[in-house]
Amino acid sequence: MRATLRRTLGLAWVVPALVLVGVFVYLPLVQNLQFSTLKWDIYSGAQEYVGLGNYTKLVEDPVFWSSLGNNVLYAAVSIVFQVFGALLLAALIEGVRSERWQRALRAIYFIPSAISLTVAGLLFYFIYEPNLGPLNHALRATGLGELAQAWLGQESTAMSSIIAMSQWQGFGYSTLLFAVAIQRIPAEIYGAAAIDGVGAVGRFFRITVPLVREMTGLMAIVTLSGAFQVFNEVMVMTAGGPNNSTQVLGTWLYRSGFVRNNFGYAAAIATVLFVITLGVAVAQLWVTRRRRVEW
Amino acid sequence: MVRRLSFLGVIARVFMWAFLLALAVVVLYPLLWMTLNGFKTNAELFGDPFALPLDWSFANYAKAWNRGVSDYLTTSVLVTVTSTIATVFISAWAAYGLTRVDIPLNRTLTAAILGGLMLAPTVALVPLVKLFQAMGLYNTFWALLILYTAFRIPFTTFLIRAYMIDLPREVDEAAEMDGAGRWTAFWRVILPMCKPILTSTVLLHILFTWNEYLFAMIFTSGSGVQTLPVGLTSLMSKHGTEYPVVFAGMVIAALPVVLLFFLGQRYIVKGLADGIGK
Repeated sequence: MRATLRRTLGLAWVVPALVLVGVFVYLPLVQNLQFSTLKWDIYSGAQEYVGLGNYTKLVEDPVFWSSLGNNVLYAAVSIVFQVFGALLLAALIEGVRSERWQRALRAIYFIPSAISLTVAGLLFYFIYEPNLGPLNHALRATGLGELAQAWLGQESTAMSSIIAMSQWQGFGYSTLLFAVAIQRIPAEIYGAAAIDGVGAVGRFFRITVPLVREMTGLMAIVTLSGAFQVFNEVMVMTAGGPNNSTQVLGTWLYRSGFVRNNFGYAAAIATVLFVITLGVAVAQLWVTRRRRVEW
Repeated sequence: MVRRLSFLGVIARVFMWAFLLALAVVVLYPLLWMTLNGFKTNAELFGDPFALPLDWSFANYAKAWNRGVSDYLTTSVLVTVTSTIATVFISAWAAYGLTRVDIPLNRTLTAAILGGLMLAPTVALVPLVKLFQAMGLYNTFWALLILYTAFRIPFTTFLIRAYMIDLPREVDEAAEMDGAGRWTAFWRVILPMCKPILTSTVLLHILFTWNEYLFAMIFTSGSGVQTLPVGLTSLMSKHGTEYPVVFAGMVIAALPVVLLFFLGQRYIVKGLADGIGK
C-alpha cells in the first residue's frame, strides 16, 4: 500500500510535462476533428453542424489541390537537394584534407539555417525584386537581360523561386548532420578500401552511402515532414500569390480560417495535414524500429 | 600512407575546391549584401545593388531600432529566456521521472510525452486560437510562452531522457546512501551530470524560439507583444519605401543567432545529431 502510494507520488515529476502536452498539443488535435464538421463564423460565433460538408468542399476546391501539389513539389526538390545533395556535399567536405577548412565550410553552409526563415525570405524577396534586385541586375549586366523577370510576381516562376530560397536556407543543416554521420564511420574502413585500390567515387558509393543509410532515411523523413508544414517563407515572400499559385496547405489553411473567416474549412485542411504528417511519422518509426529503443 | 599524385587526382581536387568555394560564395554573398544594405541610403540601394555603401553610418540601425525593433527585440528576448527556462526544466523533470524514478505506467507515459514529436503545430492552430481566446490569453505574451514550451517539451524531453538513461545507476545509489531525497539527488547530482545535454537543449531551444513565425504571427496581433520575425514583416509593410531600414532590422534579428551558433557550435551539432540520428 505504501509502496503504491510512493510510486504514485513519483508521477509528480512528469505531471507538468504531461499536462502541457496534453492540453496544448493533444487536446487541440482532437478538437480539430470536431471543428472540421462545423460551418463556423468566427466573428458572429455562429456554428452549424455540416458533417463532412467541409471535406466534400475541399475535394472540389482547385486551390486545395494546387496547394497540395506545391507541397509535393517542395518535398521532391528538398529531397534532391537537402538529402542526396547534402550527403554528396558532406562527403566532399570530408574529403578536404585540412580539418580547419572542413570546420569552416560546414559552419559557413549552416549560417542560413541559423537565421530565421523570415529574414531569409525577406532577403530573397529583395534579391528577386524585378527592378533593383541583384539577381536581375546581374543578369542584365552579363548580357542575359532577357532572362530578367518578376520572379515572385508571375505564376510560372513564383513557386520555384520560393523553393530555391528554401534550398539555400536549408541545405547546410542536413550537410552538417551528414558530416557528423560520416565522421562516425571508422577511418580504417576507408583506409582498407584505399589500399585495395578503391577510388574516391567507389569509396563514396560502397562505404559512405551504405553506412550512413540510417541518417539518410531520417533526413528524408525530417525533410518530407518539413515540406508539408511550409508556411513562413511563403507568407513572407508572396503570401500565397500571385493568383493563389504559391499557396501551400499551411497558407491555404491560414487564409481559409483567418482571412476568409471559415474556421471549419480551415480545420478540414488541418485534418489533411494531420493525416500526411502522421503518415510521415509512422514511416519514421518504421525507419528507426531497427534501432535500440528502450521504452 | 603513400600519396600518388595522379594528374586526374589533381584535376578532381581543383574541381572539388572550386565547387566548395563557389557554394560558400553563394551562401555568404546574400548575407553580406544584406549587411551592407543596412548602411546604404535608398538612393544607393536603388542605384547599383552591388556597390559598397558610401557612408558607414548607423543611421538606419538607429531608425529601425526606434521604429519598433527595440520592442520586438525585447519581446523576443523575454519569450526566449522564459520559455527556454520553462521548457528545459519541465523536460528535465519529466526525463528524470521517466528514467530514474519507479513510476506506474512508465511506457505509456513515455510514449505520451514523446508522441508529441509527431504532431505538426499547424494542425492544432484553429482549436488553439479558440482555446487561448477562451482563456483570455490571446494576443498576450503568455500565449507564446505556453505554446513554445508545450510544443517543445517532447523534443527536449527526448534528448535529455536519452542522456539520462546512460548515466550509471550507482550515482543514484550513492546519493541515497548519503540520505539525499529524490529532489536533492536530482538537483545536486543528476542535473549537474547532464550539463552537456542541457547546454545543447538550451541552445536548440533558443534557435527555435528566436526564429519561430507561425505561432508568433497568429497569436500576437498587437504591436506590444510581437517578436522579431513578425515585427520585421510589420516593419516591411509600414516603411515599405525605406528598404535600408528594413535591412538594418533584418541584420539586428539575424546577428544574435549567428553569433550564438558560432559560440555554441559544438553543442548545437551534438544536440542535433543526437536528436535526429542517435
